[in-house]
Parts: sequence; C-alpha cells; structure tokens
Amino acid sequence: MAVELELEPKMPNCWDPATKPHKFCPGCGHGLVLKALGQAIDELGIQDRVVFGCDIGCSLLSWDFFNMDTVQTHHGRTTPVLVGVKRANPELIVIAYMGDGGGYAIGSQHLVNAANRNDRITAILCNNTNYAMTGGQMAPTTMPGQKTETTPYGRDVNDQGYPMLGPEMVAAITHEGSYVARGTVSKLRTLKGYLKKALANQIAGRGFSFVEALSTCPTNWRTNAKQTWAFLEEQMQGYFPVGELKVPAELQTAERKEE
Amino acid sequence: MSETSAKPVEGERRAFMTGNEAVCWAALAAGAEIMYGYPITPQNEIMHYWTRNVPKFGKRFLQTEDELSAGFTTVGGVLAGRRAFTATAGPGNVLMQEPLAMAEAMRIPTVVIIQQRGGPSTATVIYSQQEVTLTCFGGNGEGLRIVYSTSSHQELFDYTIKAFNTAWKYRFPTFVLADGYQAKMRESLTIYDPASRGISMVPTEPFLGRPGKIGEGRTAAHLRNTYNIEEELNAVLEKDIADYERYAPEIAEYDSSAPEDCDLLVVTHGVVFRSARMAVRDLTSQGKKIGYFRPITLRPFPEEQFRQAAARARQILVAESAYGQLLKIVQQNLYGSTVPIRTMLKPGVGITPEEITEECSAILAGKEA
Ligand SMILES: Cc1ncc(C[n+]2csc(CCOP(=O)(O)OP(=O)(O)O)c2C)c(N)n1
Ligand code: SF4
Repeated sequence: MAVELELEPKMPNCWDPATKPHKFCPGCGHGLVLKALGQAIDELGIQDRVVFGCDIGCSLLSWDFFNMDTVQTHHGRTTPVLVGVKRANPELIVIAYMGDGGGYAIGSQHLVNAANRNDRITAILCNNTNYAMTGGQMAPTTMPGQKTETTPYGRDVNDQGYPMLGPEMVAAITHEGSYVARGTVSKLRTLKGYLKKALANQIAGRGFSFVEALSTCPTNWRTNAKQTWAFLEEQMQGYFPVGELKVPAELQTAERKEE
Repeated sequence: MSETSAKPVEGERRAFMTGNEAVCWAALAAGAEIMYGYPITPQNEIMHYWTRNVPKFGKRFLQTEDELSAGFTTVGGVLAGRRAFTATAGPGNVLMQEPLAMAEAMRIPTVVIIQQRGGPSTATVIYSQQEVTLTCFGGNGEGLRIVYSTSSHQELFDYTIKAFNTAWKYRFPTFVLADGYQAKMRESLTIYDPASRGISMVPTEPFLGRPGKIGEGRTAAHLRNTYNIEEELNAVLEKDIADYERYAPEIAEYDSSAPEDCDLLVVTHGVVFRSARMAVRDLTSQGKKIGYFRPITLRPFPEEQFRQAAARARQILVAESAYGQLLKIVQQNLYGSTVPIRTMLKPGVGITPEEITEECSAILAGKEA
C-alpha cells in the first residue's frame, strides 16, 4: 500500500508561495526572521494593511518574499521611506527591514532620529555580524577578533571599536511608548513574540518599535551547520544579550491578560 | 488627510510677497498634502510659511534629520499616494540626489523646489545658477527628470502648481529650479485657485497600501529598484527613456523673440532672463537686430525650437551665473551647427541688464567693425 508522504512545509499565509523556495543561501537566518515575522503578521491578521520595506543588503532579496505590498529602497534608507509612508497614511502598518550595516552604519542617523521622534513604525534589523551582500566585510556588529574581508586578522577593538549595541542605544534614546527587544533565530517562538509586540505597539499608535534579530550567515562566516549554530548561540548571544529592553506598560498589561 | 472646507486660495487675488511664500501658496493651492524638509538657506521660508498653514488647511509637515531623509520621506509620501514635496538648495541638493535617483528609477512623481545658492561646497547662501547640472543630471542615471527654470514670482507660483500635475501625469521626478534672489525678493503676483482658471489637478493614487484585500480585487505591489542582470535593467530603462522622449515635446517650454535677420541671439534661463529681456528690448529700441531665447524647461530641453531660433541668428551669447552649465546644454543641442557662441559666464554672481547690454553692444560693434 503506497502512502503519499508529501508534506508541504507549513508557510505563513502572508508569504508568497510562488516565490518560494526563497533566494537566501541555505542556512541563512534572514529566512527564519521573515518566517517569525510572517507568523506574527498572520496572527494579527494585518496582511492587507502592511507595507513592507526592504533595505539594500541581503534583505533586498525579500522584495517579492511576501504576498504584501513591498518596496525595495536604498542601502540604509528604508527607515525614512517608511517614515514617509506612515506620516502620509497613518492607517498603514509599516515595517522597515534592514541589515546591521544599513541600520547601524550608513543609516544610523535615520534610526536614531526616527527613534527619538517616536515615529510609529516597526524597524527590524537583522544582525549577522557582517556586510553579507557585498561579500563579508566588517559591520558595526562584527565581534571582537572576528575575521572578515576587511579585518583579515580579526576585529581589533582598539582600532575598529567594539560591536554596536543597537537595541541598548535605541532603548536609551527612546521615550514613553516605544518597544525595544533583541531576539535570535535560535529561539524563533520568542522572536515571533517580540515581532508581534513590535507590530501591536505600532497598531496601538504608541511609538517606535525596534527589534534586532541575531541571525546567521554561513556563507560569509564560512561555517558548517554546527559551527554556524555555535557562533550564534555561544559567541553572539554571549555578547549581545537577548531579551526585551523596553516594553510600554500597556503592552505588559495586555500580555498578562492573554496569559 | 483631513480635508478642511476652506480653500487656501479662493478665486484670485493680487499679492506682494517673497518667492518662498509664493511657492508655499502655490503648493497649498495645488492641493499638496504633506511637506518634508530640512533647513537650508535660501529655501527655509517655504517650510516656515507651510508650517504656519498646516493646522489651517489640514496639512502635514515633517522636519527630517537631513536631506537624504527629506528626499526619502518625500518618496514614501508619494508612494502612499499623497501630493508630497520638499525643497532644498546647494549642499542639500547634493544629498537629495540619492533619493531622487530612486524616484527616477521607480518613476515616483516627487516634486522638489530648488533655490540655488552659491557653490561648490557651502559657498554662499545667496544666489547662483550653479545647480543646473546637478538638478538636471544628478544621480547615477540618465537625467529622466523634468526641470522648470522660473524667472519671476508669478512663474514660481504657476510652475509650482504645474510641477505637481506634470509629475503625476508623466511620473517623472519634477523640479522647480529657482534661486536665492527669487526666493528672498518681494514682488507682486496674482495668486489663484487653479480651478478658477480651468486648471484641474491630476489625481494622485497610492502605489502602496491601496484599499482592499489582497487576492480579492487587488494584488500585492512589489516595487523594485534592484535587478539581477543587465538585460533586465536595460529593458526597464529603454521603456522609461522611450516614454521620456515621447512626452518631451509636449512637456518642453520656452520663450523666444527675435527678428528674422538676427545679429545676436541672447540665451539665458531663470532670473538672468529678466536682465536679458531688458537688454534686448533696450538694444532693439536703439535699432539693433537682437533677440532672445529662453528655455523654461531645462529638462527636457526645447531642442527643435532652439535649433530653429539659432539657425536664424548670426551669433549667440550665452549668459549665466555659472561657469558654463547652461552653455554645455546649449552646445549639446546645437551639435552640427556652426553658429559662433559667445559667453558671459559669471559663477555665483548676478547679471544686470546693463552688463548684458554692454556685452551685446561690444559684440555687435565687433561685428559691425
Ligand atoms: C550608498 C551605498 N553604499 C554602499 C552600497 C553597497 N552595499 C550594498 S549592501 C551593503 C552592505 C549590506 O550589509 P548589511 O546592511 O549588514 O546587510 P546584510 O547583507 O548583511 O544582510 C553595502 C555596503 C550601496 N548599495 N549603497
Ligand atoms: S550571504 Fe549570508 S546573509 Fe546573505 S543570503 Fe547568504 S547566508 Fe544569508
């Protein structure tokens, strides 16, 4: 007796199945972040109201990832484009998706000022400790001692500084109503929870919502599956503490009610 | 955006105001909904007047962190379907080129007012015509833009209204290129409700966040500006270039007056045109055979009309407050013609009617001698 055992992988509803499998490398964390994001969007039932913006970096590969309105912007400029959209039509739920180079280096002024203005947008930043799209150069988040194409002998913190602590900075400068968290693709359910809150916070019109997701880039790290996971869970999670840094009181109350 | 019942301008009325104020009233009259901006002289008062009118007419404003952001937020506002605009000058215009390259690449109908100041670098906050090349051909593209160069407050008002319609009709980024003199000077003009003159505003529509459920009546928009291969990009550009060239004749505008046997054709744009026109009138009344040609659109350039005017002239004088930015455009459009070109290039300073009269007299005397 032949049994059909073709199990389709379960995809979030808001993904576009026509563009899957996606364009990221095998083992890449971007796909996992977008899976958690897709689930959060499904659970909130907001697919029709979302405008998703992707940066230039490997995030640009997500331009046709979702069955949702999407705009591909410039390196570092996704935040201002989506601030512009949100200011022009506050009914929309806007998501700015970027890499660590886009958010913390070339576009850091936009992140800082959108955060300080408490713009009602959700910014999601994928921290893979390097400039992946351009071939693995040092990023603001590159780990001390980590070898990249532009730090071939390892990042020397005396010369190149320490890895940027993005959520800590955003938490320090944001005001009442903003939500700030750091998740990791090694804990997808938790990451999904953070993303959901970051969206709910925007929907409630409370303030700037920011989630950094610790992610993987086996291609540029030149790591196998085991090494990839070890780098993420031991090195990265050791340096970049995972958790919520700022939660508006209303979100905490809502959470308690859900429990 | 909340529509208040009061129209910013009812019917029409005479006014005496600065150019920046005229731009603001034009944007209000055109139904612009949101302005994004970053302070830079000499365009600041556009924002100042706009912000004063925001609550009265249900408008919006965002002061951004820099001109990169002002340009990109304007792009976002347009994508959301609003008549959105920004204004800048000099070093701000330099930064603005990155977002405007995106607008050019994606056919996003942004409207930008440029009040030229001295350059390069920070230079002066006062005046020049040195942002012609940047405004017409800035960015890493082909200059698929529409650039109106105004010469008076009336034109600032008229062409700011027109810029919104041109942008939304043809879907190319559109610029009103003026300068610090026009921005800061006071002058009389008539401001009006476009409807009172039979001008209807081209409707806007969202590129992102259209109403309705995805899959039921609408599909998701996927707006892209990065391509995988050369041919993919080339196909997009060839279509955009073909559109631009097809529309160019109906977009291009100029002003010209010259006798049949024209000894000298004075070519200027913007505020320098006012001096040129006065000089030409003066010399004509003295019996000289002299005329003028003035492109109103620097992009697309009124090529045919200019070549015809040049063909009838014995020589040409190009006068501008820059070191050959208009001149390059003129030379390019005259390719193949042997008409001699004289120049009066004064980067960063104004040019008076007397100076043009003097220059023209000398040139004409040289010819007669
Ligand atoms: C103005 C500008 N400078 C440089 C680049 C080249 N560039 C493309 S992607 C990128 C870095 C991407 O790194 P990151 O933002 O960390 O994203 P990742 O690829 O790692 O996901 C750079 C420098 C560009 N596209 N635009
Ligand atoms: S290069 Fe790295 S970040 Fe980019 S798709 Fe591949 S694994 Fe992902």
